[in-house]
Amino acid sequence: MFDQILQFLLTGVTVGATYALVALGFAIIYNASDVVNFAQGEFVMIGAMSAIALSASNGLPLWLAIIISILITVGVGMALQRFAIAPARGASVVTTIIITIGASIFLRGIALLLWGKDIFALPHFSGETPIHIGEATLLPQNIWVMGGGALMVIGVHYFFNHTTQGKAVLACSCNRTAAHLVGINVSRMMLIAYGLSAMLGASAGILVAPITFTSYETGVMLGLKGFSAAILGGMGNPMGAVAGGLLLGLIESLAAGLISSGYKDAIGFVILLLVLFFRPSGLFGKASADRV
Amino acid sequence: MRYLRGFFILTAIVVAMPFLFPDNYYVTVVAVAAGLNAILAVSLNLLMGYAGQISLGHAAFFGIGAYSSAILTTRFGWNPWLAIVAGMALTCSVAFLVARPILRLKGHYLAMATLGLGIIVNILLVQGERWTGGPDGLGDIPTLSIFGWIVDSDLRWYIVIGSVLLLVVVLAQNIINSRSGRALRALHGSEVAAEMMGINTTATKTAVFVLAALIASLAGSLFSHQQTFVSPESFSFFFSIELVTMVVLGGMASTYGAVLGAVILTFLPELLVVFEEFEVMIFGAILMLMMIFLPQGLLVGFNEQIRKWLLQRARASGGEQRRDIA
Repeated sequence: MFDQILQFLLTGVTVGATYALVALGFAIIYNASDVVNFAQGEFVMIGAMSAIALSASNGLPLWLAIIISILITVGVGMALQRFAIAPARGASVVTTIIITIGASIFLRGIALLLWGKDIFALPHFSGETPIHIGEATLLPQNIWVMGGGALMVIGVHYFFNHTTQGKAVLACSCNRTAAHLVGINVSRMMLIAYGLSAMLGASAGILVAPITFTSYETGVMLGLKGFSAAILGGMGNPMGAVAGGLLLGLIESLAAGLISSGYKDAIGFVILLLVLFFRPSGLFGKASADRV
Repeated sequence: MRYLRGFFILTAIVVAMPFLFPDNYYVTVVAVAAGLNAILAVSLNLLMGYAGQISLGHAAFFGIGAYSSAILTTRFGWNPWLAIVAGMALTCSVAFLVARPILRLKGHYLAMATLGLGIIVNILLVQGERWTGGPDGLGDIPTLSIFGWIVDSDLRWYIVIGSVLLLVVVLAQNIINSRSGRALRALHGSEVAAEMMGINTTATKTAVFVLAALIASLAGSLFSHQQTFVSPESFSFFFSIELVTMVVLGGMASTYGAVLGAVILTFLPELLVVFEEFEVMIFGAILMLMMIFLPQGLLVGFNEQIRKWLLQRARASGGEQRRDIA
């Protein structure tokens, strides 16, 4: 029983690391521009799919394929900001939600055009020999996911707290006008935020691509999961979003193992609803009051 | 009667279509789907456009209605009309239960909570195989009959759905122009201000949420009798999003805008079929472009353009007159 639970925990942390990266991307865009980006999941899909396409059919070495596909996704993220979000500045919540949904359908349409409906997998980064921990097993790729995820989160934390650029992005999210007045190039900071968020999504996609299979539709559910993880942890707090991602991964994995795999998605969303009902600012967010 | 002017135009169009284009695929098949979508969009518009409460899970209530009718008529042999009422009763209790905690939320949180609700209902439909037939769905749902008049042809379904749509439109217009409709619009503007004016905002929001859910449930029942087959796919997260898009596309806070949005969004994929594999991409692009350049919606945006044009013309002719006097 204990070994089984350990196995669920290991799986949960791996899945949770992916959710955490997507949720972190959500939180960055939300804080920088007040937009809930429903195309976040497509970043994951584009990263994974282009890495697979570049390494498999074009014969590029894996590391080069990964770098190029991350760059492609960053480009897509910046284009999304420049051509879809920026022109609609000042639009209502619903309008921006629909714009990003439109963008996600558009990107999915392009992926469908390029790669069809087939399911692909990326080769494992460093072999497939399982590692045994007690009775539980772990693939080297799981360690890649956890380690890569942790590294990205630390990197983002460093970026926002210890670099001028990062602090400038934060300043824009606190008060756009004030940031503009002290000479921060707000539109460039927005591009950076979207690019960074796309990079996180793409890395998540590439890291898990060897374990889970990828198709043009992969982004939808991952995007929703990332969104709920961000809400679970508290949208206003990027590190809260990371914690929310890990938590959601663990809950789902335990629910799938101990209760029913068919209902695992439902259980995740039920918990999300309960959190929203009883603690709307998220588990790690500060409670806020309305300004009248 | 002025607020019903649009209603008479809509009635004229609905009545004229089968005479103008008899036996046309787009009228008897696609228009029936458009009519059902329009019923759903009008109901969602009451909640979203007038009361200002986003819902990304409206398809859940559509699904509850559809599956109630499907399960009760095929597995228990109930009379379809009784099943419709039972479905609405079930929807009413579910909506009433979730309304209070959900409607306390605002903005993105409300969007996420309704989204979660929709996904949970969809997963229950997929997983509850013993009752719902799982992903394969349920078939052989009997059709409706109204006092012996069996609704068994496309044209007859057109008549039924068309009449229900017109009824729902009248209902919506009457509510909007009543005391409770004004209360709805007041709380859209500012909830605090509305409360200060003595409006019970919680009760008003709950009432409109339940009403929207009830209409959706009715549409769901009609859908399952018309299709004679239901599967969870029709009630997914995507459909909820599509409904929201219909409302926003036509123009929020406009019943006829919702109808227009539903009609456009139902016909668009039919027309895009000629683009084959480009269909999904073009659909996404149209969605984005419309929202970027016409965020206030087609009907409202169009009206404004006309008003501006008329104003300009009036000004131009006014200027000429003044010159004459001089």
